[in-house]
Amino acid sequence: MRPFSFESVTTANDAIAAGASGDGGMEFLAGGTTLIDLMKLDVMRPTRVVDINALARTELGRIDVQRQGLRLGALVRMAEAAEHADINTVYPAVAQSLRLAASQQIRNMASLAGNVLQRTRCPYFRDVSYEQCNKREPGSGCAALDGINRSHAVLGTSDQCIASYFPAQS
Amino acid sequence: MAQTSTASRDSIAVPEKMPATLTVNGVERKLKLAPWTTLLDALRDHLDLTGTKKGCDHGQCGACTVLLNGRRINSCLTLAVMHDGAKVTTIEGLATDDTLHALQQAFIDHDAFQCGYCTPGQICSAAGLIAEGKAKTADEIRELMSGNICRCGAYPNIVAAVNDAKTAMASPG
Repeated sequence: MRPFSFESVTTANDAIAAGASGDGGMEFLAGGTTLIDLMKLDVMRPTRVVDINALARTELGRIDVQRQGLRLGALVRMAEAAEHADINTVYPAVAQSLRLAASQQIRNMASLAGNVLQRTRCPYFRDVSYEQCNKREPGSGCAALDGINRSHAVLGTSDQCIASYFPAQS
Repeated sequence: MAQTSTASRDSIAVPEKMPATLTVNGVERKLKLAPWTTLLDALRDHLDLTGTKKGCDHGQCGACTVLLNGRRINSCLTLAVMHDGAKVTTIEGLATDDTLHALQQAFIDHDAFQCGYCTPGQICSAAGLIAEGKAKTADEIRELMSGNICRCGAYPNIVAAVNDAKTAMASPG
């Protein structure tokens, strides 16, 4: 991994301030199961890492099960939600789908918001020896377009990117 | 715990090492580590606890499995400095004095390893599995141990060993 500074925040306001600093090299760190993986591959290169795990003690770590709906805090771990008795009773599909994902070790670490923020599985994105990747380097092209793209997207693609997963930040 | 001086876009001042206190196998260890030191590297390189193995270093093989505050995790995908104050149990910490842990004994009894490289991770993962209390059948053990791969293919014996230890631990004495 490239060198970075590390800090922990304990309040949402401190996390927001870290995010508002305009420092493009900042990444939040929760479970780390995506970020640290991609940092080791040199795909993500933050210069400043802000650990937000302490926020799990706030409402961000809360699970609220009602008949009208289920509220899952961003920092709830996959395993917590999968093992939650009320989720299993009232929303069993949620618990079951979590139990079928990743491994128990990963589920014990990974936050639900981080789960949604995972980056694409495109092998060209994950391998920096391929220079052409518009997700990593906008304007560089898409190596998957005329590469091995068997498991790539069928819908929602373009000449700029045919990767199969478009999370919020991409 | 910000440590750096001002960071320019092109280079950053390399942070000083940061303190982290981990209780590893019951012993408090005070470390000073670069923030990018994974828990796995802290255990192996800084604490000489080389029982935990680096298999893939990407959370895919489970060879690095340890117990963090009693829960099984992939130590390669977490930073040691994130866990100041935490309790870590590695394979070296499972036996009590000269008595092997029930899982260690079961792995021997059932010939549940060949090269042994995945074995510390398998045993720590199984310890976590038993503590979770969810696996009842052999199929459930297989599913819940799916984060630990074995290139030697000792799986049938691993499942038998985990099942055996689980039973033994449920009815002590």
